[in-house]
Amino acid sequence: MMRKVGMEASFAIAEAVKLADADVVAAYPITPQTHIVERLAELVANGELDADYMPVESEHSAMSACLGASAVGARTFTATAGQGLELMHEVLYVASSLRLPIVMTVANRALSGPLNVWGDHSDAMATRDCGWIQMFAENAQQVFDLVLCAFRIAEDQAVLFPTMVHIDGFHVSHVIESLSLLEPEVVNKFLPKYQPPYALNPDKPLTMGAFAAPDLYTETKKPQDVALRASKEVIIQVWREFGELTGRHYSPVETHRADDAETLLLTMGSFGETATVAVDNLRNKGQKIGLMKLRLWRPFPFDEFREVATRVKLLIVLDRALSFGGPSGPVCSELQAALYPLEVRPKIISFVGGLGGRDISVETFENMIHRGLDRAERKEFGEFEMIEVRE
Amino acid sequence: MMESQVISAASLLGTKEYLAPGHRACLGCGEALAARLVCKALGEEVIIVNATGCLEIISSQLPYTSWEVPWIHTLFENTAAVASGIEAGMKVLKRKERYEGKAKVVAMAGDGGTADIGVQALSGAFERGHNFLYVCYDNEAYMNTGIQRSSATPFGASTTTSPAGKVSMGQATWKKNMPAIAAAHGIPYVATACPSYPFDLITKVRKAIAIEGPSYIHILAVCPTGWRAPADSTIELGRLAVETGIFPLYEVEAGKYTLNFDFPELRPVEDYLKRQGRFRHLSPEMVSKIQERVNSEYAELKRKATVSKASIRYYIIEDKCPGCGLCVNACPREAIIAMGKKKPVVLDEAKCIKCGACYDACRLGAIGVE
Repeated sequence: MMRKVGMEASFAIAEAVKLADADVVAAYPITPQTHIVERLAELVANGELDADYMPVESEHSAMSACLGASAVGARTFTATAGQGLELMHEVLYVASSLRLPIVMTVANRALSGPLNVWGDHSDAMATRDCGWIQMFAENAQQVFDLVLCAFRIAEDQAVLFPTMVHIDGFHVSHVIESLSLLEPEVVNKFLPKYQPPYALNPDKPLTMGAFAAPDLYTETKKPQDVALRASKEVIIQVWREFGELTGRHYSPVETHRADDAETLLLTMGSFGETATVAVDNLRNKGQKIGLMKLRLWRPFPFDEFREVATRVKLLIVLDRALSFGGPSGPVCSELQAALYPLEVRPKIISFVGGLGGRDISVETFENMIHRGLDRAERKEFGEFEMIEVRE
Repeated sequence: MMESQVISAASLLGTKEYLAPGHRACLGCGEALAARLVCKALGEEVIIVNATGCLEIISSQLPYTSWEVPWIHTLFENTAAVASGIEAGMKVLKRKERYEGKAKVVAMAGDGGTADIGVQALSGAFERGHNFLYVCYDNEAYMNTGIQRSSATPFGASTTTSPAGKVSMGQATWKKNMPAIAAAHGIPYVATACPSYPFDLITKVRKAIAIEGPSYIHILAVCPTGWRAPADSTIELGRLAVETGIFPLYEVEAGKYTLNFDFPELRPVEDYLKRQGRFRHLSPEMVSKIQERVNSEYAELKRKATVSKASIRYYIIEDKCPGCGLCVNACPREAIIAMGKKKPVVLDEAKCIKCGACYDACRLGAIGVE
């Protein structure tokens, strides 16, 4: 059923899209997403993927072409990063409001200026309110799995939301790793052909994208929000099914050595792997520290997060993006908002780091945890602190 | 030629409306009129992609729609990209036997959505060679948002963002030549049209959708509201735009220009300008400047138009003509005179502008052409 290979994460994504038998791929090249779309173009050119590869003239048009293709019922994929995601921004809202199950991988990249092609989460955070499902993968295996799951989730008749699978630019996208691929028969069973409930076709004319005045706009937005929140159950169900099929299990909130922890470090994306080593090192020294990773970012997994977070006294949160002039990193401020209504809640220390591709080593994580514990001891909760910055 | 007669006869267009009445267009809206005719020419086998703008706003408001054909609106500047995605999606799904039908994808946008904010997406879609028709309804400003200037606003026009004032004469730049930009992509078919010439417009739409690959029709959509003109002057202003040479009707097929309506002598631009409040402030010097520009652009177009219908001649085949009068009604220049029942009509060649409206209207093949 499974085939173990050594493969670059970008190629693993292309492999997943091939196995999903996507119909249309519309994309514009941008570092560090390029290897994904180059590989897809190659698969189409070699007849290994029967899709229409649209080399569009911008990311705005990439996402717009995806809207069109998905609106006629095509399984549609694209990939982008950083500025590209920003250029798509307004189109993203339309994709989710039209309930078009487009799947996109984002090789997360910092935003200009200054220009920087390396990874951080500024682009992902800028799109958190677009109404897409957003999930984060840490390595090649996870992104291969999550892209396949993303098609299944997005196209579920109870969901019908576009879905982003995030990977960290370069730190994941360009890394060659060992992973298990799935056989086409297995994928075909897990992911049947997309059956759109509505499609543009003269057989049954319909109007898509009529405008709404103040008397109805709110009535279109409420059900959209309700449906996005409800999609969490389908996401969990699909991941459970995928786990039974492959032995690889995913959850909205994942933990490492959290059971008897008093302090939890929280990360999203590839730094979770480095953080795991740091947590293990500190555990070996007797510190009751664990790791929490947010796999699902939208819909935000309130229940799952609260369930784990309320077990500890302190959360140390690492954000890879800035909210200029804001309360903390964007992830941390959401966690604070999620915990605020609770009577008993952990204290939070907020760090921002890993911007523009700056690596965070195991040692830095350990120092960050020490620093967090130290600050908590002295009750210096305050605003966020930026790690390893020259001033 | 027989084919063009069949497809263009008004009576064969049918009574079915695809852009249903009851929409919210202004009185005398040339765009709604043009869209109605375009849709009638397109028929049912179509998917329409509409940019944000007047047409979208007048025809769609939740929970209502004026559209009897599949229709999608997403954003302002991405219409050609959405259309290309639809075309690509249909193509691959048909190949995989998951989609049936032969619907033509037709994108529609205003001049702002085409020549300004949408020009990049349009250029990309032309370059990629998608099989679709793009129709630009050019009302020469951002009418939907309140008459702000666009790059298609003509020189001298006063708009809300190019107002005529004590030190300004209105729009200070010349109208962007969007059909030439479309033609520069080397696409198979580019045409200009105007609902004041309905047979010509319908023929061009039919021709465009029959072509494999991208095609572009640039329609002058008279906007009485924005042009500060009476609502009942729409058709007349469209004719004046053509007869003054300000908006010539022509086609570019595989790079070859055809002037569809040629005039031995153009009417003075003043006849057109003086009817519209947006040009009210123009001095005689400004008017002559516009006249000079039109003269030179028209001469340039005629130089390029190697095949002009002006070189052809229409005549009445008397033994086929029962004097039914269809051509008399169709003629825009009163060049055909009815001689009474069962008597062949007479064509006054001095008045004939070779538009072919009579040829298109006649159902009996009684109009000859040489």
